[in-house]
Amino acid sequence: MDLKGFDHPGDPGAGGTRSVKVMIAGGFGTGKTTMVRSVSDIKPLTTEETLTQATVGVDNLIGVADKAETTVSLDFGKISLNESLMLYLFGTPGQERFWFLWNGLFKGALGAIVLVDTRRLASSFRAIEEMERQNVPFVIALNVFPDSAQHPVEEIRDALDISPHTPIVACDARDRASSRDVLVALIQHLQERSAVALESR
Amino acid sequence: MSAPRRPTDPSGLERYYVLTGGRSGPGGAASSLDVATLVVSRAAPVPGMQHEHEEIVRRCRDPLSVAELTAHLGLPFNILAVLLADLLDAGRIEARDPIPAHHAGRGPDLALLQEVLSGLERL
Repeated sequence: MDLKGFDHPGDPGAGGTRSVKVMIAGGFGTGKTTMVRSVSDIKPLTTEETLTQATVGVDNLIGVADKAETTVSLDFGKISLNESLMLYLFGTPGQERFWFLWNGLFKGALGAIVLVDTRRLASSFRAIEEMERQNVPFVIALNVFPDSAQHPVEEIRDALDISPHTPIVACDARDRASSRDVLVALIQHLQERSAVALESR
Repeated sequence: MSAPRRPTDPSGLERYYVLTGGRSGPGGAASSLDVATLVVSRAAPVPGMQHEHEEIVRRCRDPLSVAELTAHLGLPFNILAVLLADLLDAGRIEARDPIPAHHAGRGPDLALLQEVLSGLERL
């Protein structure tokens, strides 16, 4: 752990509180903010960067008519896992080209949830590519919308071109328990990866 | 107490320029600050501190993430990072980066993952 400016490790001021972070990625309008909101202990907050006017009107709005505009902002929430461990959840901006605005956004993350709207699979391609490129372990969460058709999971796996080892789970991002289950699926996936990594040493 | 006079109602880029003294990005200790880095004060604010510095020190009596600070102070990440760098250099705050699943060179942290899982299962 990096303890910058931490001269007195026994200092009660630090309280020994630690943090972990999980990223929630996915295409525009796939439910990232909704998931952060449903599972957070605190009222979700937003941190914004200053390029907000750059690309209004560029995103494809098919099937997301309710969402009028997008800004370069990071919605986030927090879950107290225990007295000294906080989980921060960050809903990444739909515009992947702006991820650079926050210092190594994915560096130091435990992993990511990539939300997919099965009506618009292609909108999450970029997010999946970025996770693979940055070597961030992830699970795919199919956010089931009222008018989503039922697709066999393997069909979706083919269409998204993801490895057989990457879990795909269905969820309702509006529901706290359902969103929590996606987080559980991610952590279990990380445990499996870790176990494999330990065995192969 | 005669603090340096600040422009009336500074806003937007001009305000940020004033806040940071024209610096555009953090260096040194703060260059790796993460949105989930926890910040905690090491001492009470002292008279004469820049208002925003004082605000950070006051809010971080209990650990607060960099993301929460940007939201509460209404400052962009990169501007806040400059202010945090000042406070880190002066030894007024501590910063603790988030724990990644894989510590560099130490392999996967199974105990951490189990702790996270237990916490989630209690939700």
